Amino acid sequence: MALHFELVSPARLLFSGDVVSVQIPGAEGEMTILPGHAPVLSTLKPGVVSIQKDGGTDKIFVRGGFAEVNAKGLTVLAETAIALADLDAAAIAQQIRNAEEDVADAKTDAARAKAAETLDHLKALQASL
Amino acid sequence: MPSLKDLRNRIASVKATRKITKAMQMVAAAKLRRAQEAAVAARPYAERMAVVLSNLASAMEGQAGAPALLAGTGKNDVHLLVIATAERGLCGGFNSSIVKLAREHADRLVREGKTVKILTVGKKGNDALKRLYGRYIVDAVDFRGVKSVSFENATSVADKVLAMYEAGEFDVATLFFSEFKSVIAQKPTALRLIPAQIDTSRTPDLGGAVYEAEPEESVILDDLLPRNIAVQIFRGLLENAASEQGARMSAMDNATRNAGDMINKLSIKYNRQRQAQITKELIEIISGAEAL
Repeated sequence: MALHFELVSPARLLFSGDVVSVQIPGAEGEMTILPGHAPVLSTLKPGVVSIQKDGGTDKIFVRGGFAEVNAKGLTVLAETAIALADLDAAAIAQQIRNAEEDVADAKTDAARAKAAETLDHLKALQASL
Repeated sequence: MPSLKDLRNRIASVKATRKITKAMQMVAAAKLRRAQEAAVAARPYAERMAVVLSNLASAMEGQAGAPALLAGTGKNDVHLLVIATAERGLCGGFNSSIVKLAREHADRLVREGKTVKILTVGKKGNDALKRLYGRYIVDAVDFRGVKSVSFENATSVADKVLAMYEAGEFDVATLFFSEFKSVIAQKPTALRLIPAQIDTSRTPDLGGAVYEAEPEESVILDDLLPRNIAVQIFRGLLENAASEQGARMSAMDNATRNAGDMINKLSIKYNRQRQAQITKELIEIISGAEAL
């Protein structure tokens, strides 16, 4: 039994097909979704989605994401999605700069906390590269 | 009676105009295809988003503490109209039909005693509204340097709207854009952004299972609703882009045809006049010879 996986960005459908499993960076921890997973809704922190296919693994960096699992399969909605292979240190540094600006621009405490959290995730990702 | 030279000049000028309108039509046709593809490619995201939201919203229904973007402020006094138009003219009734719909809407709200605020997206809408509705315009965005609308453009507009909402500057937001039906038909549309319009009939069948939410539903909803605004605005902008090119294409097609008709008419007139002149000269020569 295969898992149907779709990765969608606002501009287009990036990936659609049957895969073995997908690991996603859930807001409250990494999750691996296998076929027949119970229905789940989860926001995603900035991080890497790894898609386990028959032919190997695809790794894609997502930001501003959201995942939904239902009987039909897994759908990831991501505002930004870049294949990890295309992502270099400079791109991450750029994202971090943006996040730092967000922290500086935040007007309310809640917004600042959220922006700071995003910044932390990005820094962790930079360290792991 | 225009002289032969005047007619010749006139024909040359109409021919030049026809060349331009023909070129614009072809450019619009090429751009239309790209704009249409972009609009179609953006659909899956918006659809998934609508399904997820309808899911969460139906779970939250009737519960206290629903997010303000979903439930509204509880008032209905101040309306924000986000009016999206094109950056350029020469596209038939495209801009004016959006502006007309928005104007009717604004007039009705004013008659009902509500306060109206206008945010224009695109230069043409701003130009058209500036004179009569200038006092309502609170902000104007234009994408003059932007070749094709990206999600970032939509996010920048959404951020403006959300910041105003958080500052309590309005209660209801409506987006005006032109829906792309086909090359010859574009429909000006009003879409309510805040409070969110949610179609609860789209909830997928889980076969009795319930979604686990991580984190809680209300937190996810808080995260998704602002993003949904950006998605809706993005969709509006893409539809607008396709409609604009469609409208321009048919307007320029008409213009090209009209120029062709005009050239035909002018050519006939020119030939008649030339003949008349030759006849006149012949008569003069013959009667001159007879007199001798």
